[in-house]
Amino acid sequence: MSEKSEQQRLSVFKTYKLYVGGKFPRSESGRVYAVQDSKGKWLANAPLSSRKDGRDAVVAARKAFGGWSGATAYNRGQVLYRVAEMLEGRRDQFVREVAEAEGLSRSKAAAVVDAAIDRWVWYAGWTDKIGQVVGGANPVAGPFLNLSTPEPTGVVAVIAPQESSFLGLVSVIAPVIATGSTVVVIAGEASPLPALSLGEVLATSDVPGGVVNVLSGKASEIAPSLAAHQDVNGIDLTGADPALAKELEIAAADNLKRVRRPQPVEDFTADPGTDRLTYFLETKTVWHPTGSLGASGSSY
Amino acid sequence: MTMDKQTSVFEYAPAPESRSVVDIAPSYGLFIDGEFTDAADGKVFKTVSPSTEEVLSEVAQAGEADVERAVQAARKAFAKWSALPGAERGKYLFRIARIIQERSRELAVLETLDNGKPIKETRDADLPLVAAHFFYYAGWADKLGHAGFGPAPKALGVAGQVIPWNFPLLMLAWKIAPALATGNTVVLKPAETTPLSALFFADICRQAGLPKGVVNILPGYGDAGAALVAHPDVNKVAFTGSTAVGKQIARTVAGTDKKLTLELGGKGANIVFDDAPIDQAVEGIVTGIFFNQGQVCCAGSRLLVQESVQDEVLDRLKSRLSTLRLGDPLDKNTDIGAINSAEQLARITALAETGEAEGAERWSAPCELPSSGYWFAPTLFTNVTQAHTVARDEIFGPVLSVLTFRTPEEAVAKANNTQYGLSAGIWTEKGSRILAVANRLRAGVVWANTFNKFDPTSPFGGYKESGFGREGGRHGLEAYLDV
Repeated sequence: MSEKSEQQRLSVFKTYKLYVGGKFPRSESGRVYAVQDSKGKWLANAPLSSRKDGRDAVVAARKAFGGWSGATAYNRGQVLYRVAEMLEGRRDQFVREVAEAEGLSRSKAAAVVDAAIDRWVWYAGWTDKIGQVVGGANPVAGPFLNLSTPEPTGVVAVIAPQESSFLGLVSVIAPVIATGSTVVVIAGEASPLPALSLGEVLATSDVPGGVVNVLSGKASEIAPSLAAHQDVNGIDLTGADPALAKELEIAAADNLKRVRRPQPVEDFTADPGTDRLTYFLETKTVWHPTGSLGASGSSY
Repeated sequence: MTMDKQTSVFEYAPAPESRSVVDIAPSYGLFIDGEFTDAADGKVFKTVSPSTEEVLSEVAQAGEADVERAVQAARKAFAKWSALPGAERGKYLFRIARIIQERSRELAVLETLDNGKPIKETRDADLPLVAAHFFYYAGWADKLGHAGFGPAPKALGVAGQVIPWNFPLLMLAWKIAPALATGNTVVLKPAETTPLSALFFADICRQAGLPKGVVNILPGYGDAGAALVAHPDVNKVAFTGSTAVGKQIARTVAGTDKKLTLELGGKGANIVFDDAPIDQAVEGIVTGIFFNQGQVCCAGSRLLVQESVQDEVLDRLKSRLSTLRLGDPLDKNTDIGAINSAEQLARITALAETGEAEGAERWSAPCELPSSGYWFAPTLFTNVTQAHTVARDEIFGPVLSVLTFRTPEEAVAKANNTQYGLSAGIWTEKGSRILAVANRLRAGVVWANTFNKFDPTSPFGGYKESGFGREGGRHGLEAYLDV
């Protein structure tokens, strides 16, 4: 391609859309907002999600929960690994989007994207290990086999970090779905484009529709109804400011959602440990009688 | 009828446990900073024996000023206590466990007097579990770095704990043992109808030489509990009680750094399949809902019975319930004791009346209720639909709602059709069905071919609106560690 023809060719813009139930709808409200790069240059119009979009996303997440939580841990691991594979293929796109969103140099943005891809791989490997690490047999004083098993909490609303548009986003979504819950995530308000593009990756990664639902817009508008929603089981407040976080935690008490409060400092480049992985897990303990075979005292 | 024959052939003579093992003082103070003390405003309340309405003692009633003093005492004690080598903290807990074992008969009788539950339960269930719980967590105190929460997990600080009246000393043990093992100090508020065993526990702490301020006991009402939960110098809140109060507490701690665990209500499904050993299942149903007069958060208060065996199960269940002995809780042959309070009795009565008014069919065991005290005959409701109040609301009394199902799918759907998710039971001879059904029940504790079994090593706690966090086992440490 000659330089001249390149100058003349008009690029094709992308209409950024939500990712809900495996589909790419616009906001039902018909609203958009202008997304700018760190220098104030217009990048795209993103959907300005409404509370109704939030409710639709919860319905999709609930519908997906049975299948996703019922999938084998091995299967979930492969699907998450597939996400990493797809990301690797679209690495350049994410590097550009992250650079624009966060005002990073190309090389710094590349490091962020690489870390995000590696984080998917880290969580992909966890799916079939966490059960042994946090569950197991309990030595009760009686003739019972007593087993504790971690199980996913259900539908989890996630307010993604405002600053880290991609690595932070991945770091809050991946652990929740790795353990079998389904997610409604509100992308960082100012830089939602990497999150909306992630929806395109998830759609082509064997992740069943509805397992991850991505909304863009204002957390202060969408999150309160998610926090009060009776069919949401947990809420991660990572990207909420203290005032909003308190309001949401109070609303979440209505059906006793599991609430992860925002931390004063979140370093998404650090080793994440298992904290986020275990936060939206329930422990189920099942008692099985073992009978009294051998109670007569024989050693064999 | 065969029942008459049985009762006439096997007439029981009274077999009361002696009250003389326990010496209840006419009055008790609050236990703050290692001393018994009056409430700042001098308020007292009476605690009565629910089976006779006899006043057992007069107890100081904590108010806001007392909460302040107790939290300060716990804060002051925290630095030293949390800095003790784990092995030393553990030895205090071992001492406490041993003293509880030594004094277990005394405490069992005391608990039966103050709570109204049968002596056979306090003697054979509550007290052994209390001692075991302290013994279990004693051993964790110097092994926290191996518990899977990092190499050196830290205590949170002052734990504010509010417990209910249904298992007063056991709930105290579930709260205090892990809190102390992990290096926290404690302010605990027992329920207003059952303050005595917690105050005896305070004496045990003194006998064990526990440093002052590590454990503080504040008998009182809901206002004291609310003040404790809201206190800015409390780092950890643990509550066992109703879902409504649990939600209020969750709102109170919102926006703070307080770590919260809640163990709340339940409406457990006890699922009986057609291939279940019926006699065992009937015993399990009885244990599930009539243990502790049904005043158990994990009670199997909804019986889901497969349609094809409904008649057989209900016939045998009614026949079994007719043999339960209701009466003097101190009698060693008593199966059903008193309801804990007039207030609770009124609540159970009102819900049972609602059940009848909504069209469910009521059957109560034919037994004579004592003339004084708070009593409710074992009762079951048939023709219950999922929309009935008695199938949805936690009654917290000896009332069983019977629903039916045809397929395992239907059983699971009905079992999960509740705001709660604490317990469930499965009765079937088929192993794969146990596993498949257990897998799909949204409940924190599932009993297969058994019910209401507890152990300090076994994590306990709910899904959904039954609360969050686990008590017992390695899992129970997390609630008291900075992780």
